[in-house]
Amino acid sequence: MESQQVKRKDLLGLEDLDREEIELILDTARSLREILERPIKKVPTLKGKTVVNMFFEPSTRTQSSFDLAAKRLSADTVSVSTKGSAVQKGESLLDTLLNIDAMKADAFIIRHWASGAPHFLARHTEAAVINAGDGTHEHPTQALLDMLTMQDKFGKIDGLNVLIVGDILHSRVARSNVFGLKKMGARVTLAGPPTLLPEHFESLGVEISYNIDEAVKDKDVIMALRIQKERLEEAYFPSIREYRKFFGITRERLRKAKDKAVIMHPGPVNWGVELDFDLLQERESLILDQVTNGVAIRMAVLYLFVRGEKSHE
Amino acid sequence: MSKILFKNGEVVNTARNTVDKADVLVENGLIIDVAPSIESRDFEIVDCRGLLLVPGLVDMHAHLREPGEEYKEDIRTGTTAAIHGGFVAVLSMPNTNPPSDTRSVVEYIVRRSKEEEKADVLPCGAITKGRKGEELAELGDMMEGGAVAFSDDGNWVQSSGVMRRALEYTKFFGGIIISHPEDKTLTYRGLANESPLTIKLGLRGMPVEAETIAIFRDIELVRLTRGRLHLAHVSAKESINLIKRAKEAGLNVTAEVTPHHLVFDEEVLISYDPNYKVNPPLRTREDREAILSALKEGIIDVVATDHAPHADFEKMDEFNAAPFGMIWLDFAFSVLYNELVRSGKMDLPALAKVMSTKPAELLGLKGLGAISKGYRASFFAYNPNVEIIVNREFLKSRAFNTPLYGKTLKGRVEWALKDGRIYRF
Repeated sequence: MESQQVKRKDLLGLEDLDREEIELILDTARSLREILERPIKKVPTLKGKTVVNMFFEPSTRTQSSFDLAAKRLSADTVSVSTKGSAVQKGESLLDTLLNIDAMKADAFIIRHWASGAPHFLARHTEAAVINAGDGTHEHPTQALLDMLTMQDKFGKIDGLNVLIVGDILHSRVARSNVFGLKKMGARVTLAGPPTLLPEHFESLGVEISYNIDEAVKDKDVIMALRIQKERLEEAYFPSIREYRKFFGITRERLRKAKDKAVIMHPGPVNWGVELDFDLLQERESLILDQVTNGVAIRMAVLYLFVRGEKSHE
Repeated sequence: MSKILFKNGEVVNTARNTVDKADVLVENGLIIDVAPSIESRDFEIVDCRGLLLVPGLVDMHAHLREPGEEYKEDIRTGTTAAIHGGFVAVLSMPNTNPPSDTRSVVEYIVRRSKEEEKADVLPCGAITKGRKGEELAELGDMMEGGAVAFSDDGNWVQSSGVMRRALEYTKFFGGIIISHPEDKTLTYRGLANESPLTIKLGLRGMPVEAETIAIFRDIELVRLTRGRLHLAHVSAKESINLIKRAKEAGLNVTAEVTPHHLVFDEEVLISYDPNYKVNPPLRTREDREAILSALKEGIIDVVATDHAPHADFEKMDEFNAAPFGMIWLDFAFSVLYNELVRSGKMDLPALAKVMSTKPAELLGLKGLGAISKGYRASFFAYNPNVEIIVNREFLKSRAFNTPLYGKTLKGRVEWALKDGRIYRF
């Protein structure tokens, strides 16, 4: 494989990348995906490299996806999660990083509840920092895997009409998808209750809709986001029932969409809240394709961002 | 004490708005003469050629952290940083532990200030017991103990009823109520200004309206009570209009702005540097420009630093977890001289006026705020052309939490004089 490199040390967000860099990651993921179909799902590319998963927020799929991706490329992996680590003993974020950095890591995969935490840490280590989701800011690998999935399905991203529905305000998935999709030439509409979709989002160059029935009509992709029950505590909407009534993606509502429109969701899905389970009977869902592509995207990101000599077959 | 003659300095006169070459004669802690040329006899002479002589600065808003949080700062380090930066008097906010809500804490601060003999500490008492916004603290007793103003700084007095009583009650001794205007129900868990930028950055917003709503309520209570209100750290363009109208209506309302709201705007947050995390948050460029205009027009009366020291281990953390605030006392004047005077936005006497003359006047500090005959011999020598580096060696504050850390700044306080005593650095 051509050993093309990216121009930066860290992958902190899609806002920072240009279209060529996004295409490079997507192309790399497509060629690495083939490894996942082999009987022996492993190549020695990152042999001798150390990848540290630092997850300061619980995550099942992202963490296992990164872990698998690193192992498929033969990197050594270490996981630091909040549970049982020094973080719970009052050690600061920076201390935790510096201590593990002193053990000579090549890359840090960071998931953190605070926006900007990976950016903060990236300034304090020579190793590559990969943002695996920071607060309500960005989740670049999620948007990359979403884009790979759309590309697989439609052959291109340019010109696609994408609707993202739900808790936009708190969604790093929405932000990263907006940055990435816009750069790749898609049109993006954001929808949800106004409390979770302030008008400031218009400054990102997207359309805003508070009417889901209208918004689904001309879309190729309908992406629903998880609704956290805790948003109820701060009165963002009156009840789950009312949310579903006005903003849920239901079978009925989807009948207004184009026939070939597909359903996506970053998972885990609250079935019966943002998505109705029965709509899978008549609609194509790409949710599991997203998960498979997640491993490929993360392999590509590690391949491109972990520096230095790499082993080649 | 013998007489000291400060010879050939450029003396800043905020009353006439001039900078004049003059000699200043000091005896027993007082200025006894200022004249174009004073003949030297057996005086001790301090050569001030090439130096600007600026009236000692007065900071109406600082956190000195003593008692209770001496690991961040204490009265010794805070007042040393102050005099190092040209400040001769500093108002210390009551969010200490215990809070300064009784005469005994106020007296403790006054005593510590006297022991240190650096900048004077002017204690600000809490408005309410425990700064909880419920019951009035013993305001009159604290005033007798040395409190110069009252504030629940950090907390807005949410109850209009309690704030009314505070503004009313303090009238019998002319007390000043300093409000921290922030409706916290709108800034709950907020981190930064609410704007397109911070939406993009995923930083939870603190809307301008949290400030304007609070200012509006406070001003209406002054209309009702005819009390004396000072608004802390005004940050937003919309707030200016409210203050302007209150002043036009003859209400006894004054306001301050911090150096950070004059020199930074929210754009700096793209770095997620926790040193830029302040409350009220940095706003837009438009807000910053409006505030500067308001300061020049006198709608905002003074610059107050909101010097807020924190330990490295607290501030060097993710943006959400880091506490609000940045330090200023050591170098505020240099920064504002560069940003405002050198850039031509404001002239030097005007800057000295909002950092010295006006705050001294608002706090009723006799003898401070001018280099004139009969005033206290409290001024400093500023060399605008010498560089300083904001680092551990330079800073006298115990804390280092400033985005300017490591940066080189032009301009240095060469020495400061307080009540005739000279502090050299």
